[in-house]
Formats: sequence, structure tokens, C-alpha cells
Amino acid sequence: MNSTVITFPGSNCDRDMDVALKKFGFKNQMVWHNDAELPKSDLVVLPGGFSYGDYLRCGSMASKSRIMQSVINFSKSGGMVMGVCNGFQILTEAELLPGVLLRNKYAEFICKNIFVKVNDNENNYFKNIQKNTLELHIAHNEGNYFCSNEQMNEIEDNNQIALLYCDEDGKINQSSNPNGASKNIAGIFNKEKNILGMMPHPERMIDKALSGEDGSLFFKNLINNLK
Amino acid sequence: MIVNEKIAIDHGLKKDEYKKICNLLKRTPNITELGIFSAMWNEHCSYKSSRLHLKNLPTKGKKVIQGPGENAGVIDIDDNDAIVFKIESHNHPSFIEPYQGAATGVGGIMRDVFTMGARPIANLNSIHFGMPQHKKTKNLLRGVVHGIAAYGNCMGVPTIAGQTSFDNSYNGNILVNAMTLGLVKKNKIFYSKAAGLDKPVIYVGSKTGRDGIHGATMASEVFDEKIEEKKPTVQVGDPFTEKLLLEACLELMAGDSIIAIQDMGAAGLTSSSIEMASKGKLGIEINLNKVPCREAKMTPYEIMLSESQERMLIVLENGKEDMAKKIFDKWNLDFSIIGKTTNSKKIELYFDNNKVADIPVNTLVENSPMYDRKWKKTKLPKKNKINKNEFKNLKILNVLNKVLSSPNICSKEWIWRQYDHTVMGDTIQKPGGDAGVVRVHGTNKAVAASVDSSATYCWSHPLTGGKQIVCESWRNLISVGATPIAITNCLNFGNPENEKNMGEFVECVQGLGEASKYLDFPVVSGNVSFYNQTKDKGIKPTPSIGGVGLIKNYTKMVTLDFKKVDNLILVIGKTEGHLDQSIFARDILNEKKGPPPEVNLFNEKNNGETLLKLIDKGYVKAAHDVSLGGIIVAIAKMSIKGKKGIKVKKPNYLINQFEYLFGEDQGRYIIEIEKNDIKKIKEILDKSSVHYDELGIVTEKDLIIDEKTKVSVDELITFNTNWLTDYINK
Repeated sequence: MNSTVITFPGSNCDRDMDVALKKFGFKNQMVWHNDAELPKSDLVVLPGGFSYGDYLRCGSMASKSRIMQSVINFSKSGGMVMGVCNGFQILTEAELLPGVLLRNKYAEFICKNIFVKVNDNENNYFKNIQKNTLELHIAHNEGNYFCSNEQMNEIEDNNQIALLYCDEDGKINQSSNPNGASKNIAGIFNKEKNILGMMPHPERMIDKALSGEDGSLFFKNLINNLK
Repeated sequence: MIVNEKIAIDHGLKKDEYKKICNLLKRTPNITELGIFSAMWNEHCSYKSSRLHLKNLPTKGKKVIQGPGENAGVIDIDDNDAIVFKIESHNHPSFIEPYQGAATGVGGIMRDVFTMGARPIANLNSIHFGMPQHKKTKNLLRGVVHGIAAYGNCMGVPTIAGQTSFDNSYNGNILVNAMTLGLVKKNKIFYSKAAGLDKPVIYVGSKTGRDGIHGATMASEVFDEKIEEKKPTVQVGDPFTEKLLLEACLELMAGDSIIAIQDMGAAGLTSSSIEMASKGKLGIEINLNKVPCREAKMTPYEIMLSESQERMLIVLENGKEDMAKKIFDKWNLDFSIIGKTTNSKKIELYFDNNKVADIPVNTLVENSPMYDRKWKKTKLPKKNKINKNEFKNLKILNVLNKVLSSPNICSKEWIWRQYDHTVMGDTIQKPGGDAGVVRVHGTNKAVAASVDSSATYCWSHPLTGGKQIVCESWRNLISVGATPIAITNCLNFGNPENEKNMGEFVECVQGLGEASKYLDFPVVSGNVSFYNQTKDKGIKPTPSIGGVGLIKNYTKMVTLDFKKVDNLILVIGKTEGHLDQSIFARDILNEKKGPPPEVNLFNEKNNGETLLKLIDKGYVKAAHDVSLGGIIVAIAKMSIKGKKGIKVKKPNYLINQFEYLFGEDQGRYIIEIEKNDIKKIKEILDKSSVHYDELGIVTEKDLIIDEKTKVSVDELITFNTNWLTDYINK
């Protein structure tokens, strides 16, 4: 399986994503934001970080990068595109995913382990995943998902919610919502479910010496689904 | 403007220093030259009050590749890997403008590390504030934490450990010390020594603006009521540009085109160009019209003294300019050939075709002032005779509650949760333990780092305090299973022109030198921050020690959380019950007199090395050093982390219970072991003549002192976690 990670100026989880993808069997390539063409890929990943410093709205500058036109074309033809953290923000700014990511409710950067519930299994990302509640890690300042009522209706009607913040037992409630996200949304798909945006970082949970191993589950499952 | 003595004094120079400048130049300097002298000769850059004493510190060792004198120290961690590290203060700017001050402190120290070719892999910080109820404290705390978070998080470097304290001596002068560790291949370390004639001198990074002019001079002065006017001297940080600069520099460093490289930190272009020339015994010629400027009509004086951030100076091999420029173009950074190396041994500056400065390099460096300041010795205070009858009115659990929820002991999770501590995917011990630990990427090795200070001990007796911090740093590394290698120090003191403050400095340095020599734990880098003083009130002497150690096989790393019910708990090291200067004496009894706990270097070394043996054999399931608050705070923290309790046994020798539980004797650790291993462990401890006591066994969920004295772990967590968030949100 071939994967591609895009590096924007200010990306800082690009290497971590590269390490994770390779660990679970992807042949990964790093592509610079100013390149025109994507290499042949089964999966394109927009990594976390602070693209262009995120001095404007997070992800907005990166969404206009040269490579993004190829990413958009790739996704329109059904290609799998995953955005993590800043990558999720870029996908919403590129309007590949609905909604926006606002400043966290308490206006503070949050770095900690959280639990998410897998809300939909009928997609190539989470099909066959062994656990319904995953322990992942968040590290962001702007992860407070928000969209219009109409968009929310559409998202719900189409089953586009991918991940929901929950507690250890899978219960979805206010106290397990770390950033104020609408309906505890931690990740969403596009209608066709080939594009996934999520705030949690699976690439930081791929080793028992690190924060945990549920990221390993995610990547193992992902490559199997793509085979 | 014609320079005279008054203008020189306005630049922070003393009368005789100005006279010396005129003598060295054999003429009156022009204003640009005066600015350069003032920037190079201030305390911050010249170490004029401290040099004499710093040279006594042990700086060499088998593992030391580079000691003090470069951008950062470098140690060998085997297999051609090396760690570059340093701690630096950004105290004055952070008090004036906490967010930018702290942010640029973090940016500055990271630049020092990647200037040497190392990719930063971990950040730490030691931050000290005034009393929580002081009107400025909350905003300063918020601003500093947000500033550190903003810069480190954007750079994508994990912040893995730190220290926060509150004390009234910091009411008017907070301390912000930032430390960075970087990883480099031993054969790819870059230095700041220029070499060769007619080599292009390159400016890269951000443009030069008018921010931070006289920053280093400001940092060499005492504060007064006009402090607000100093805001323009604080630099403004741009972590995004620094991230680009990091990547661009490392890309250029992968080749072999760089002769010397130096970041523009304190005193900007002035100190960077002069240091390169001085180390290389060369001259440098610069055309200031070529310096990329952010603002129009900047004068040579402003260009030379600006402390705009995210800039580097590089001496390049001839013919490599185009290749290098391509890299910086790719990263959208300025790249300008601003001058060349010469054999004049002078700094020669040109602007609009006029020569605007012409100064022999040695007058700025070798001939800079050095003072043997007067200092006063601090006598060891007499032991304070605390009346033990007072203890009868105290309930242990009430005291424990009070201590665990006190500002200096409570959980600092509100702070470190705002720092990205897991980016780079190698953090195997997060903040909240004895030391932060990151793996050396792609290997079985890991590097542990800790930052410590004990201002109260240093204030009570600087010599003992100085020794104690080095020992605490050493213990923190050992507690996670790391072999301590070397330290970096950030020496925060009051006004060196005051004999008492100077004495505190001299004796702290002496103490830390003695301990680091004894423990073979040399000092490889550091900085001195004097004048942490508002009017006539200085801070308590606060040397911060950043220690670094190596874990050869990271699967042997130890954490402090209790692991398994029924496991045995031992105290390594003798508990004498020293209460003077302890949290218990100061915060509960309100007794501020008496000496700090004695430091016995033999025991420190012996206990530590023996514990490392036990860890290496896999016997140690959890470990924690005993420091502030004594045994009971140590076991409470181990309970909290492990969500398990402990049943404490009575000591097998006669000692008052409060002294036993709250005493702050040095050289001690708490360890958790399996019952079955006790015989083998005792053998090892006895063989090394290490004192130990059996402290108790791990329980399901209660910390139990005796039948009536019992508290659940959940309550302990509440005691420990609420204070800081309540304080911030109130």
C-alpha cells in the first residue's frame, strides 16, 4: 500500500505520521506542499502541526497550497484522504469536510489522552476495527468542532460522524468532551466516507512505551481494509 | 550624536568602563560603537561579575564533548550519538511582558541547540512566581505558561518536565528558565568558531526590526517603578519562522558547506558576529545595507543592537552561496550575504558607503571588564529548636492535606497539560514524574532530564543549598533509571554589587561545584542572571540545575506510581527527621529559622549508584526521590499516580512521627519491590552499606498510617489537584 504525507511549512507531526505508516506496512512518501503532483497513493495524509503558523484561521493558508489542488482532485475521484489535527482543520478550510474547528472552550491548549467512540463502521477507516472505544491522544488549541444546524442535520442523516469523545466506558457526555465540540464530535467523514478528518492523533499511540496502543489497532485495521 | 560620559552611563556602562573604552580605542567611540560596547560589556553578555567564580566549576568528564563556551554543552551518549543541551534565563523580559518574554526564552534556547546541528527533542522549564495572592502573580503565571506553550507547541518539540514555585521573593522579579535538549551525530556538531579568510558571512532568518534593542542591557539592571517603559526592549517571538529556520538550517547542515554558525540571541548581530570573529581570531567586515530590515530607515546602531528573534549568522565555504540560498528560498526565509571574514582582527561595519564602526575584536572580548566583587559569607544557621509539644495539636492527615494542596506541592497538571508533551512520538515519561524521558529516536536508548532548584535551602545556607540541588537533580535522574551524565545551570541571583547577594552567588556556585565534582556530574553549559531585583529587594538565590542522564535500555525505565498490591516499600537512605527549612516547618509551623538539611555527598553517591544497580537487575517496580514534604508527600504522590494506597509501618527506631514523615533529609528514595526479591535486594544494599528502612506495603486504595489515620487515594487526588485550577479560574 502506498501512502503520502504532505508537509506544509509548519507541519510538525509529519515525521510521526511517516513513522507510524511505515511501522504498519505502508510504503510512505513525504511530499512538499509546493509540489504539483501527488505520487501514486492509496492514502493521502495531512498531518498535524501549525501550517503557516496558523496565524490566520488554522489551516486556511495551507488549504490554498499548490499541492492541495491534487489532493482535492484525488479525493473527488474517491481517493482516501485523512487529516489529523491541523490536517482536519485544513480539510474543513478546503471545504472537503463541513464545519469548522473553533478555539477550545477553555481557550487553552490541551495535551492528554482521551477516549473516542467509533460511530460508524461502514467505511474503509474503521470497518472491522476490534474495539468500539479507542484511547487516543489529543494535542490542540482549536479542536472545538462547530457547524450550522443544516450541516449538522446533513452530517447526521448521512452518518458522517466518525468519532465521538466519550468516557472510558464509551458513554458520551459533557464531562468527556475536552474542547466543547458540538455533540462531542472528534472526527467526521465526507458524504462518501473516503475523506476523514479527526482531532485525535493515532500516530502517537503506536507503542506500549508511549501513551498506549490503540493507534496501532487503527493503523493495522486501516492497511488491512485497503488491501 | 557626539558620545560623552553621560550617554555612556545611559547605556548602562560605568564611568571607569567608559574611560577604559576610550583608552582601548585611543579615541572617543561613535554612537554605534558605544552601543556595541554596551551590549558586549553588560553583565548578561560579559559575565563580568561571575567569570572569576565560574571558572572553578568542574566542566570536564569522560562523556563531555563540549563544555561551557559554545552555544550549548554537548555530551556523548554512545553509538556516535550526542546530546546538546543548555538552560537559559529570560527573567526580566518575562516580568515586563510574560507571554512574549517566556515565548522568546523558549525560542532562544532552542536556537542555541539547533545552531550546533542538533534537532531539539525535548524542552523543560523552571518557572518561579511571587505569592499567589500578589496582584500580579495570576496574570504572570498565565502569560508565561501560554507563552511557553505557544512557542514549544508550534515548534513541535515536546515539553517533558519542569518545575514551578511560588515565593514572596519573586513578587517583583519572576524567573523563567528554559532548557532544551537536542540530538546530533557526534561527527556532525557545528561550532561558532570562524575560520579562513574572505569567507562569506551570511544572514538568514527573520528580518531585523526595532524590537528588543538594549534587551541584554535591560536584563542587566535592577527594576524600579518605571518598568512599564521597558516594554519595547522585550523581543517578539514568531515560532513559525523558527520552525522554518530549524528545518532550513538542518537541511543545510546535512552537507559540508558551513564553517561556523551562531544564532543571534542577546545583543543580536553584535554578539554573534563578534563571537565568531573572536573564537576564530579573525576580523569580520559587514555591510549593514545588506541586512534585511523589517522597518524603513533603521540606523546602524539599531541594526546592530536589535534583538529581533529567529535569526542566524553563518560563515560559509566559498562557492556554496547559491546552493545555500536555494534551501532558504525553499523555506521562505531571508538569505543575504552581508560581509566576509578578514585578517584585520577587527569588526568593521559599513553603511551607505561610510565606515560606521571599527573596533578591534579583543577590546570587546578579552579586554571586557572582569570584577572580583566583594562578597559576604553566610554562616550556617544554628539548629532551630522546634518545640515538639506543638505537634500534639496537629493531625497528620490535616497537615498532609494542607501540604498536598499548597501552591508549591500541588499538582501542576494545569500547566503541563497546555504543553504538547507527546509530539515526536518518543516521550516515554511525561511531566509529573521525577524526570522527563524521551527515547533516542529509532534506538533502545532514552535520555532523561530534570530541572531543579531549592531557593529556600540556598537562602538559608548557600553552600549547602548549592550542593543540594545538584544532588536532587542526580536523584531525579536515578529515580527513573538513568545514569546521570552532566548538568547545565541557570544561576538566578540579585544584585552582584551587593555583598550579601554576591556572597550567595559565590557560595552557591562553590556548593554546586563541589557536588558536581564529587558525583562526576560536570557542568557543560549555563548562564548567569543577576539583577533579579526590584529597587533594594532581591530574589532568594535560585540556581536552577538541569540534569541529563542516559537509560541504555528504555524498557528498564522506572516510574513513580505504585504498581501492585502487597508489594513492599522501602526507604533508601537514613531518615533523621530534619525539619528546619522543610515545608512542614515553614508552611505549617511558620518557622523560618535553621539550616537546610545536611548534604552528605558520600551517601548521595553510594545510595544512588546502589539504586541504579537494583534498577538494572529489574528489582525496582517504582521509585521516587524524597524531597519537599518528606516521606509522606513522596508516598502520597506515588499513591496518586498509581491509584493505590500504602500501609505504613512504624519505624524500627525511636523518632518523632512528624519528623519521620515530614523531615527532608537528603539522599533518600522510596522504592517498591516484590516481596520475593527482598532477600536479594537486602544483600545488595548491605554489601554497599546503604541504609534502608521498611516503610510498608502497597494496598488497594487507602494510605494508612495507623488505625485512626487513614485516607483514600481519591481524597488525596482531590487535595492535590484542585488548588491550581481553582486559583486560575477564580
